[in-house]
Amino acid sequence: MSILHIVFGRLSVETLPFWEMLHYPTRQNVVNGAIATTAAFMVLAGAAVTALLITRYRKWRVLWSEWLTSVDHKPIGIMYIVIAFVMLARALLEANIMRGQMAFSLGGGFLSADHFEQFFTTHGTIMIFFMAMPFLTGLINYVMPMQIGARDVAFPVMNSISLGLTAAGAALVMISLDIGKFSTGGWSGYPPYTEAAFNPGVGVDYWIWAVSLSSLGSMMTGINFAVTVYKKRSPGMRFMRLPLFTWTALCTSILMIFAMPPLTVATGLLALDRYLGFHFFTDHFGGNFMNYVNLFWLFGHPEVYILILPAFGVYSEVFSTFSGKTLYGYTSLVIATMAIACLSFTVWLHHFFTMGQNANINAVFGIATMLIGIPTGVKVYDWLWTMFRGRVRFTVPLVYALAFSMLFVIGGMTGIVLANPSVDFQVHNSQFLIAHFHNMLVPGTLFGLLAGYHMWFPKAFGFRLHERWGMFSALCFIVGFVLAFFPLYAAGLLGYPRRTLDYFDPVYQPYMIVALIGALVILAGLAGLLIQLLVSIRRREELAVPAGDPWDGRSLEWWTAAPPPEYNFSVLPVVTGRDPFTTAKEAGTAYRAPSRFEDIEMPKNSAMGMIVCVFGFLAAFGLVWYMWWLVVASTLAIVAAMVGRGFVRDTERIIPAHEVERCHLRWLATVSVTQPVTRGTEVKPANAGLAALESAE
Amino acid sequence: MSAVPRLEHPGINLGPAHPDTRGKSGELLFGFWVFLMSDAIVFGLLFATYAVMLHARAGGPGPKQLYDIKSAFIETLALLSSSFTFGMASLALKYSKRTGALVGWLVATMCLGGLFLRLEVQDFLSMLHNGAGPGRSGYLSAFFALVPLHGIHVFSGIVWMLALIVQIRRFGIDRDVKLGLLRLGLFWHFLDIIWVVIFSFIYLGGLA
Repeated sequence: MSILHIVFGRLSVETLPFWEMLHYPTRQNVVNGAIATTAAFMVLAGAAVTALLITRYRKWRVLWSEWLTSVDHKPIGIMYIVIAFVMLARALLEANIMRGQMAFSLGGGFLSADHFEQFFTTHGTIMIFFMAMPFLTGLINYVMPMQIGARDVAFPVMNSISLGLTAAGAALVMISLDIGKFSTGGWSGYPPYTEAAFNPGVGVDYWIWAVSLSSLGSMMTGINFAVTVYKKRSPGMRFMRLPLFTWTALCTSILMIFAMPPLTVATGLLALDRYLGFHFFTDHFGGNFMNYVNLFWLFGHPEVYILILPAFGVYSEVFSTFSGKTLYGYTSLVIATMAIACLSFTVWLHHFFTMGQNANINAVFGIATMLIGIPTGVKVYDWLWTMFRGRVRFTVPLVYALAFSMLFVIGGMTGIVLANPSVDFQVHNSQFLIAHFHNMLVPGTLFGLLAGYHMWFPKAFGFRLHERWGMFSALCFIVGFVLAFFPLYAAGLLGYPRRTLDYFDPVYQPYMIVALIGALVILAGLAGLLIQLLVSIRRREELAVPAGDPWDGRSLEWWTAAPPPEYNFSVLPVVTGRDPFTTAKEAGTAYRAPSRFEDIEMPKNSAMGMIVCVFGFLAAFGLVWYMWWLVVASTLAIVAAMVGRGFVRDTERIIPAHEVERCHLRWLATVSVTQPVTRGTEVKPANAGLAALESAE
Repeated sequence: MSAVPRLEHPGINLGPAHPDTRGKSGELLFGFWVFLMSDAIVFGLLFATYAVMLHARAGGPGPKQLYDIKSAFIETLALLSSSFTFGMASLALKYSKRTGALVGWLVATMCLGGLFLRLEVQDFLSMLHNGAGPGRSGYLSAFFALVPLHGIHVFSGIVWMLALIVQIRRFGIDRDVKLGLLRLGLFWHFLDIIWVVIFSFIYLGGLA
């Protein structure tokens, strides 16, 4: 064994994305090599431009001390969402290339089979683990502690470590564009196909370690959020006074605590099979891949509700806030959320009705699946009644929410159809299924997260997002979604299977062309979001909302400056009912200075998150490429850092009372010179974040 | 009722004699209980996998040929005793002002944990020596995922204990040491419970 082999493992120049194209320049190799090389270049160029800009504006120190090592839940939440947007851009571009392939693949197309498989694997893996999960974790991180009147989450350093693990996983998926290949096994990575016997390359290993890093991070996030909600509520914030977004955050956290371990076990056992020759899921020596399928969906189905519940929470806040009314049916919404969370553990088998269990078992799981429709239906009615006779404003978040309420019901109907095992036998693994779950996850999760982004952005940065560009982008997403996925229902019923490179029946082609147009419209929506951000930053003076309450908010997070101070609240608010901020505004007591201020103890910055991020990434990279020295060294570095962290005693700092008072009085002074705006003018420049009192008639 | 101080968290509370941990211990200990729940799911799934694969032997050896009940019994005694000594350490932490008693009980716990690991590794090596490694069959894969994972947990518990002993030497029994010991206690007793299930379900069940 040469020294080169020991140092670099199985890494060599042949793993570069343009190697095959240069050495075997067939037409297909050149097309696929060009696409892969462009993507690889985009990753490097993106990193280089970011680094250059940071250097140009001399922000490295700020980046390190105020962001990367910060343990404040607010910067951590924002960084999660930044990761989500970067990954969303990549996965959306991939979706467009796949749609391009499908529109023109009557008897061929331009992608190679291997390349196409990588596309749908990375698209799914990214959208679930590195777009939706970071996005919702970021939103909860930012909003939930403020909604319950807390200064931070229960375990701030662990929060930073969770972020580090997610970032390391995302970096691993990105680096796979430049070095080697990603998995071709789909986002669910079913063995035996993903076993070493059929897939000896690095692709599946990239997938295993990226997903494992992110699932560890999510498990820790779940613990952190749940303990925060249980233990850190401000005085008087009883459970039945929690804002609904916090309720959904709690249910999602509980799901994370119980549902991430099955994924860790599934990918861990698959890794043991691949690396150490175990026989869990192999074809021989007693292995049984059905165990993997069960383990994976024991995670996978609750995961669906991890993704959707926070979006339900956002919609609840959006409908209530932008109708100027308290939430209709609060108790039923809480019960429905909890019911969905519990039922989510009882339906995993519907992901493989066709894989061999008897009809009675299928029937039980089919009925359990249909049951979930009931609490979900309750929610939809509650949201509609919330708008009824409210002061409804068609702002961007409400437009997303309205589109959701219609499209999601359609998607739910197709879910009820699929829940019937005998129907599922006909349409499983077809484009009908693709249409169904995108119908749930795009209007459900993605629109919800984007609505939340628009609603809480002004709180985080002190200025609103540009309304017209936001509306453009929202309409693109909505129209694009309908065009991209409704044709797939038809194509699926006509028998077009999922994950298929090409077809030979011209009847599918018109549907696929419409779907491509839809994908392009969605891409325009993404471009709209980017333009909106740039325009909003440029016009931040005119969009500024320093008083902190641009939408006449109802819960505690609006009861502080925008952006909020590090400690969120100068004095912890005492809560006496639901919608505490609205109560205070109506009583005229919202903007009074408290009688006395106290010193506030806040956690100090810590580099632990970055250490785990960097060495976690290196350990995973070493595992992928068999660079064992790197694995050992990185693991030891993480263990040493954890032991060393136990020896740090100086972990907190005090913000003196006079400093808190100075900040608070400055905010109150801003409020006192701010002109209150009515709801009719809230998207006009006049809105500086102070709501005029108006009743909802 | 007023004579009984309110518990801040399930398990041994240090109580009013240790005001420095008040307010902190509630969150930390509750969080650690939640982590243990999550970890229990991992073990539960591996137990289930083991149960499903118990007969997937591919013509290879089964429990009756492989398990050494004597060794497993001594391991059980060692680990159960280590839970007792850790319990004594917790009592020393709560009621005694002397560092020596606490450290003594911790060292005893570490020795018993070390003895457990030593015997367990010997068991594994003899299985490997007899050609009964994890690659032999699905059943052995399940065995070697579950039982050594418990061993790795015990090993990390020992590392944690060592780190805390060094912290005691360096800082005395301060707030962070106390909070660490409370959590390590939960961890250690949790591993004991897992082992009781492993011993009854895998060793006794396999040989019955």
